[in-house]
Amino acid sequence: SMIVLSRGGGGGGGGGDGSGLSSPRWQQLASRPLSLSAGLCGSEAPPARADATFKVTMVPGDGVGPELMTAVKEVFKAGDVPVEFEEFHLSEVQNMASEEKLDQVLTSMKNNKVAIKGKIHTPMEFKGELASYEMRLRRKLDLFANVVHVNSLPGYSTRHNNLDLVIIREQTEGEYSSLEHESVTGVIECLKIITREKSRRIAKFAFDYATKKGRNKVTAVHKANIMKLGDGLFLQSCAEVAQLYPKIKYENIIIDNCCMQLVQNPYQFDVLVMPNLYGNIIDNLAAGLVGGAGVVPGESYSAEYAVFETGARHPFAQAVGRNIANPTAMLLSASNMLRHLNLEYHSQMVSDAVKRVIKQGKVRTRDLGGYSTTGDFVRAVVENLRHRPVH
Amino acid sequence: MATNVYHLQILNLLRKWGLSVNDKDKIKAQEVSRVVGALVKETPQPRTFIRRMQTVTLIPGDGIGPEISSAVMQIFEAAKAPIQWEERNVTAIQGPGGKWMIPPDAKESMDRNKIGLKGPLKTPIAAGHPSMNLLLRKTFDLYANVRPCVSIEGYKTPYTDVNLVTIRENTEGEYSGIEHVIVDGVVQSIKLITEQASQRIAEYAFEYARNNQRASVTAVHKANIMRMSDGLFLRKCREAAEKHKDVKFTEMYLDTVCLNMVQDPTQFDVLVMPNLYGDILSDLCAGLIGGLGVTPSGNIGANGVAIFESVHGTAPDIAGKDMANPTALLLSAVMMLQHMGLHGHAKKIKTACFDTIRDKKVLTKDLGGNSKCSEFTEAICQRVRDME
Repeated sequence: SMIVLSRGGGGGGGGGDGSGLSSPRWQQLASRPLSLSAGLCGSEAPPARADATFKVTMVPGDGVGPELMTAVKEVFKAGDVPVEFEEFHLSEVQNMASEEKLDQVLTSMKNNKVAIKGKIHTPMEFKGELASYEMRLRRKLDLFANVVHVNSLPGYSTRHNNLDLVIIREQTEGEYSSLEHESVTGVIECLKIITREKSRRIAKFAFDYATKKGRNKVTAVHKANIMKLGDGLFLQSCAEVAQLYPKIKYENIIIDNCCMQLVQNPYQFDVLVMPNLYGNIIDNLAAGLVGGAGVVPGESYSAEYAVFETGARHPFAQAVGRNIANPTAMLLSASNMLRHLNLEYHSQMVSDAVKRVIKQGKVRTRDLGGYSTTGDFVRAVVENLRHRPVH
Repeated sequence: MATNVYHLQILNLLRKWGLSVNDKDKIKAQEVSRVVGALVKETPQPRTFIRRMQTVTLIPGDGIGPEISSAVMQIFEAAKAPIQWEERNVTAIQGPGGKWMIPPDAKESMDRNKIGLKGPLKTPIAAGHPSMNLLLRKTFDLYANVRPCVSIEGYKTPYTDVNLVTIRENTEGEYSGIEHVIVDGVVQSIKLITEQASQRIAEYAFEYARNNQRASVTAVHKANIMRMSDGLFLRKCREAAEKHKDVKFTEMYLDTVCLNMVQDPTQFDVLVMPNLYGDILSDLCAGLIGGLGVTPSGNIGANGVAIFESVHGTAPDIAGKDMANPTALLLSAVMMLQHMGLHGHAKKIKTACFDTIRDKKVLTKDLGGNSKCSEFTEAICQRVRDME
């Protein structure tokens, strides 16, 4: 297992292709980097498979999702990444959503534990069902924590450079409760639910994340001055959990001020933790600071599952079939997925290649001011895969 | 059933805010058409013409409030703006039955003058004491918060070409104040969206756009998640758009707006949205142009009432030290002049203020200079006089 360690940690220092790792796969799977405390995780049965590849559930979703997945598959193939995808097309807008489909995805997830996913578009029109498939999937898998690590890309300059902050969002309750009703004609009540249990859970996740990643500060984002009980409970839960982590600094900030500070001086933040809707807002805002929805990866965790996706989740429907989508975010997310599978070597290979292409600046998609196509970008990444780093 | 109790509470609240739930379309046309800058075409006045003085209620506020209010008064005097100030202090008092209210003389003044200018107010931290701003909002049914965000030349931020207006529904939504602990550890907060309030704010946004030569209105919503409540808000915006076909209408998810706003704010013009989103976006946009110290704000209410205010804090640490920056209150006062149709005076003061900032010679500390509030004020006054 020494060999495994040196290969994984050294970013290909062993020089091999990395596909012939000798230690049993189940050991790698069992040691998930971001799994929470034992109490939340429960015991995990080793997957019953002896083959040399990891199976990963793939839900391409809507909009440019399928194109981004094609990019991932091409890069993985070129890099001999030992991952096999189980693909499921779940889409509300293309009439490809049903209980059966959802069950298939869930069954696949139960076996694989890991998925890569595009945005399942939620049609706006209310047709009797308040919860979208996107939300139902999240709830069924109990994907309570969404993590978006906003990192400036070296070589691509924006108004705010050298950014490095992490946004952790609770995504199973809050404003996304799907509880709405018309109390009197013309008056709609929409319920936001905040519970101590889930607030503490996400707070603990944030502090565990900060500990694990060697970060110094966690800031809770809230609106407890207005929603005194609801956000008050969230804030109180964060403060209580913070006491268990004396080495990590704890602060809180009101959501509107946080947004203002993010565009004026984003460097003051490290790890941010917040309820559902604020997370949706800040994920997008922060992604915008470093280059947009096309460049920031994201991931969602439950105690058992991990789903890799883009940080700002948009279907980008107007780009479908035009070969203009930027696959950077999804490729970086795929790289994070490989790290989660303990395929450190492959993970590094993919992210290095993507970052090298961005840094060279020769091949850039439209959103980054270039004119290259998605295909051009993927080809450039593939070429850079062979370009192994020499340390 | 327990929910009936909530419904009753909601109905009571609506009644308190003067919204009757059953009569649809009861919104009077003149209420919504009295908007900021409603009188676009100012009739040219001969130089000798002496305008009738108009009285405005001035609430100087707490902390730095009195200093920046006095700065505004000086500049108005230099510009010979036909405004007479009626100063009123606002401290919440408890009326019969323990109900918090603003002092009767302040209310009476506002009721009579209709127009007010207000500095920052502190909210005492006492049990049950309501926020003063909330109290004012409720007393005068200030349903629309309008914040123009325009980049200020000379005050450098990462964004240069911002020119947009956020219009926020200010009476309901997430700020209904209805929350319950259902069982220990489970809280339910109710966001309230009504047809009437949504219609009123949507109509106002389009009227505002039309009267201020703005080309488009964007409705900001989250109707993909809150399908009924934000769905209702969006529907009302679409209906208002139908009635105002000369103004372009787009709709956008809140998250998409945030994503695009920080990348390219120039694509936005007038944005209209429910309460919480407005709270967040208006501050975000203020951040783009340099913060609350330079962002004006206006609150439009029913019955022709309008209160203009700076939305920054009371800054007790620098209060009385002649260090405060009066820009936000001054620009709010300029908005007020525009609202009253005094476009000539508005333009003069605005130009003097922006020129002083662009010149960079006399600036308060927060704007990057070393001057006192009084010096900054005098510099603006001088420019105003020079324009004569």
